Amino acid sequence: MIELEDVSYGYGGGTLLTDISLKLAPGSFHFLTGPSGAGKTTLLKLCYGELIATKGRVSLFEHDARNMTRDDVALVRRRVGVVHQDCQFLDHLSVAENLALPLTVAGRSTDPQELRELMKWVGLEAQAGAHPPELSGGERQRAALARAVIVSPDVILADEPTGNVDWEMSLRLLTLLVELNRMGKTVMIATHDMHLIRSAKSQVQARVLRISDHRLQLAGADL
Amino acid sequence: MNPIVAKILHFIAGDDQADRVVPPTGFTARLTVFAAASMAFLTVFAMALSLATGRLADRWGDELAQSSTIRISAPEGQMDAQMLAVMEVLVTTPGVKDARPLSDEEQHALLEPWFGPDLPLDTLPIPRLIEVIEEGDGYDAAGLRARLAGEAPGAVLDDHTRWREPLVHAAGRLRSLGFVAILLIAAITGVMITLAASAALSANAQVIRVLRLVGAQDAYIARAFVRRYTLRALIGAAVGTVLGMIAIAFLPTADVAGGFLTGLGFQGWHWLWPLIIPPLAALVAFAATRNAALSTLKERS
Ligand SMILES: Nc1ncnc2c1ncn2[C@@H]1O[C@H](COP(=O)(O)OP(=O)(O)OP(=O)(O)O)[C@@H](O)[C@H]1O
Ligand SMILES: [Mg+2]
Repeated sequence: MIELEDVSYGYGGGTLLTDISLKLAPGSFHFLTGPSGAGKTTLLKLCYGELIATKGRVSLFEHDARNMTRDDVALVRRRVGVVHQDCQFLDHLSVAENLALPLTVAGRSTDPQELRELMKWVGLEAQAGAHPPELSGGERQRAALARAVIVSPDVILADEPTGNVDWEMSLRLLTLLVELNRMGKTVMIATHDMHLIRSAKSQVQARVLRISDHRLQLAGADL
Repeated sequence: MNPIVAKILHFIAGDDQADRVVPPTGFTARLTVFAAASMAFLTVFAMALSLATGRLADRWGDELAQSSTIRISAPEGQMDAQMLAVMEVLVTTPGVKDARPLSDEEQHALLEPWFGPDLPLDTLPIPRLIEVIEEGDGYDAAGLRARLAGEAPGAVLDDHTRWREPLVHAAGRLRSLGFVAILLIAAITGVMITLAASAALSANAQVIRVLRLVGAQDAYIARAFVRRYTLRALIGAAVGTVLGMIAIAFLPTADVAGGFLTGLGFQGWHWLWPLIIPPLAALVAFAATRNAALSTLKERS
């Protein structure tokens, strides 16, 4: 689905990532770790067409990312649900409308029943009518997760989805992502949180990738 | 239904949810409506000016084309001979379509307002008049005068309507200026709406970013802006046009002044002309906003 071959990337001529090769097979579950500033977010952005590799080949659903127009990238976004590190919403719309936004922009209507269920699933049913600025950090992250999955994407890329929440909520979000993976979705989570990775290992067959020294390494055994 | 009409209706009806993705802007929205209304108001006047000067030019032009006269004053015995000579000259003058001596009755009718009905025309040494009808670009007045001086010394060419010729030119020019004014107003409207839409796009950079993140394509994002500005221009222009037409309708009529200044209003079916202003304004706004939106979206890729 998403495939990187010998990909390099650097902001403004520098080198951040070199010779990264990665293949997200359908139904797989990946963790992406590495020190802050290592390039986790950057790597995820390469995976959903936000950034274009300076070297190497990124293919998104069998299309070369270099040749994609903005509209093609928009279509990719409907197949890849992204939970951003800085969850951005439209502050003038209610939480419910924000969650439905990916459907709205795709010209699809929202089934209110399904939307309610989704909000219940992430524990936000009480906040449906609230506006995003009124949400706590953890609520924002759950809302972002719900928004990422509403179009029923094939791939879910989550950037620090548990960055702002307590341990209990982290586990709950993790469980949500594992559930999605069981439903057949491909999942990749960028996180610092080793505890989270460890507790995931008991629930799902996950591969752990680590970015260190600009390169991507498989770091399964030491956990 | 015609697919284009269906498309336009769908565009106007819009999609509530899609409209809401861009936050509402109260103040600038009202400014756009106001500006569109003012421009439409001005356009109504430019249009009225254009049409009125057009009418004026046509009418004066017609009168010019019609006629001039030759007046013959000669002693009693020479009158008929000079008349014949003048007619002879006129027949061979290029640009003269027809020439006709006025009958006694016609001359009588001309003089009656001044001298009353009982004028003994046949006993008075009244000059005879010949009406000259021109064709094409008319005749060469100087050349005709020279020939008349030779053939019939008592004949005087009076091309009294000629003095209006520069006025007809001026009226024609004024009509073109009216058109230019309308074009300029349309251009200014386009520029103004481009600026307003660009400002709105910049102010909503964050909104656009989020829309992109959730998979909105350029056309979708652009449409949210384009629809707003098109509707604002349409509504504003409709209001401005109606006000402009009311103002024109209450203009004092100038026709009583002998038709020299034809009324600076609309006449007859010309009243339909201003009705094209609102759709045109909407079209200008549509093109301007779409252009601004798509190029802004391209820049920020
Ligand atoms: N738009 C940008 N322009 C220039 N440099 C950037 C940009 N975005 C990120 N960087 C730099 O690239 C490096 C990697 O950033 P990135 O966000 O990918 O790190 P990360 O691994 O996600 O870090 P964290 O764990 O803190 O989220 C950082 O040094 C950052 O300063
Ligand atoms: Mg990051």
